[in-house]
Amino acid sequence: MNKDVLIRLNGISKSFDGETVLDNMDLEIHDKEFITLLGPSGCGKTTTLRIIGGFETPDTGDVFFDGERINDMPPYRRQVNTVFQRYALFPHLNVFDNIAFGLRVRKTPSGEIRTKVKEMLELVNLRGFERRKVSTLSGGQQQRVAIARALINQPKVLLLDEPLAALDLKLRKDMQVELKNIQQQTGITFIFVTHDQEEALSMSDTVVVMAGGRIQQIGSPTDIYNEPVNAFVADFIGESNILDGVMRRDFAVRFAGHEFVCVDKGFDANEAVDVVIRPEDVDVVAPEAGMLKGEVTGVTFKGVHYEIIVDVQGFKWMIQSTDYVSEGQTIGLSIDPDAIHIMKKSEFSGMFGDYSSFSDEFDELDKLPEEEAEESEEE
Amino acid sequence: MKKQSVVRGAAASPYLVWSLLFIVAPLLFVLWFAMTDRNGSFTFENLRSLTSYSQTFVMSVGFSLIATAICLIIGYPLAYCMSRASARARNILLVLLMLPMWISLLIRTYSLMALLDNGGLVSSFLVRLGFRKLTFIGTEGAVILGMIYDFLPYMVLPIYTSMTKLDVRYVEAAADLGCNGIRTMFKVIVPLTVPGIISGVTMVFVPSISTFYISQKLGGGSFDLIGDTIERQFQNAVTYHTGAAISLVMMILILISLAIMNKFSDGGEDIVV
Repeated sequence: MNKDVLIRLNGISKSFDGETVLDNMDLEIHDKEFITLLGPSGCGKTTTLRIIGGFETPDTGDVFFDGERINDMPPYRRQVNTVFQRYALFPHLNVFDNIAFGLRVRKTPSGEIRTKVKEMLELVNLRGFERRKVSTLSGGQQQRVAIARALINQPKVLLLDEPLAALDLKLRKDMQVELKNIQQQTGITFIFVTHDQEEALSMSDTVVVMAGGRIQQIGSPTDIYNEPVNAFVADFIGESNILDGVMRRDFAVRFAGHEFVCVDKGFDANEAVDVVIRPEDVDVVAPEAGMLKGEVTGVTFKGVHYEIIVDVQGFKWMIQSTDYVSEGQTIGLSIDPDAIHIMKKSEFSGMFGDYSSFSDEFDELDKLPEEEAEESEEE
Repeated sequence: MKKQSVVRGAAASPYLVWSLLFIVAPLLFVLWFAMTDRNGSFTFENLRSLTSYSQTFVMSVGFSLIATAICLIIGYPLAYCMSRASARARNILLVLLMLPMWISLLIRTYSLMALLDNGGLVSSFLVRLGFRKLTFIGTEGAVILGMIYDFLPYMVLPIYTSMTKLDVRYVEAAADLGCNGIRTMFKVIVPLTVPGIISGVTMVFVPSISTFYISQKLGGGSFDLIGDTIERQFQNAVTYHTGAAISLVMMILILISLAIMNKFSDGGEDIVV
């Protein structure tokens, strides 16, 4: 076994009331790594975290920590600490006593506790907050106290269950940077759970994309973004146009009625595949200069770029471009070989990546109930 | 605006009349009787005469404190187990706990008396087992047992309510930070259920200290608690004034102890009664 591996999950399955939440999951987590479990609500990411923390026992499979099987080890004996969703700070204790809680349980001398709490408050930028009641703190401050309360125990691993979900956008961005810094300063392994793909990409060393209780892909943020393994990953991480294609031979793929040069190989001749093209990788050119031609059906200004929906023979593409085009205009699309990514067909093929029903409004509407569902799931 | 407040006033008026007639007026009567003599003239003599009852006061407080403490010791773990039990078991336990409350206190106390009497069920059972014949009725133990038996549900229910309101995340957080079951209990669960404990203690202590029935029936007449004293004073028109004075002092004592207990619960906003 790799010496570097700190936590190993072996064939973990878990179901609640007959509903499978985790399905035969294998995962290795390395020492000092910032690893993110990413997926939509109900994908099993929180359950995975709770199994590592000791709050759930797997139905089948084994959990190893530093080579030792810890399936039945209670949470209080694990070298793991958790930053809970919505923090779970003790309301009957002030900031100091919350942070000192773990050390007091371990009967640390009080002088040492005072020094360490002070250090922790410095680390999370809350100098002078010792005597404050936790109920008087803002969300961001409570968040920091929760992190300090966990880190002061010097765990080998810190589990973070959607710790930024309750913060507003600006604060969330700041905390992302801060968390990453804390992780690098302390050298503690962070296991981070989120449904926010941007958060996952910007903070992690390794991203684990999960759906339906199974791991879809494990890789670095760039790998996950540039080389998604299936339509689910391609769609969940960023925007993607996903088209049906046929691999003619190595380095040649046919889709949208046109044969393209690509950089992928190793498929069977004429194998049906999913083709992923990121919106920012499509160039808008004159109609006659393009490989494909289509009519613009929608343009949205996004600040940095325009989001353009183009109808090419009935399939709606999303393109991001800094050049303005007008609705109704016919434009040409040009795609470089290395912008084309080929994936094997999967259970998710055909479910994602077509923007024909796309509108910002729908997007917003879709998001609300999902986030509510997320909250009630974690309740 | 004006109209609305008139409607609101009208809606509150039955309660207002009720509390004036049956809460405020009797209290004023008590005050009046306590501060006057037989001729209706103002006097402190009634209050001054209470020093002769100081032993009764001490004994009553002692009995009620012991009963309350034992109720807490039995009731707290029971409430904890109930809050942790499955929904089915929880409902059964709740019904078992509430069932005696549907039966009159008098009947319950009489039944307990029948059980504990010389030649009653318990004593004849013990004799059959070969024990020496034991006397229960007329002992301190019997009176305290009666208080515990009659008032235990009032301890369990408020604690149980605050247990069920306790967020399981705090328990998980404590375990995460290194607490085993017992430590979690004392460092997190007990502090967070203090409002329930205070309600429970109040609801057992107050009726215990003012009871007269339990001590008469189970004490076999050998214990004269405050409640008994007050009752006796009011059976005779001559001693009305002394009875009122004792009532007044006890009421003030209870109010003081309630105020002290509320201090313990962060301003007392969470009291579950």
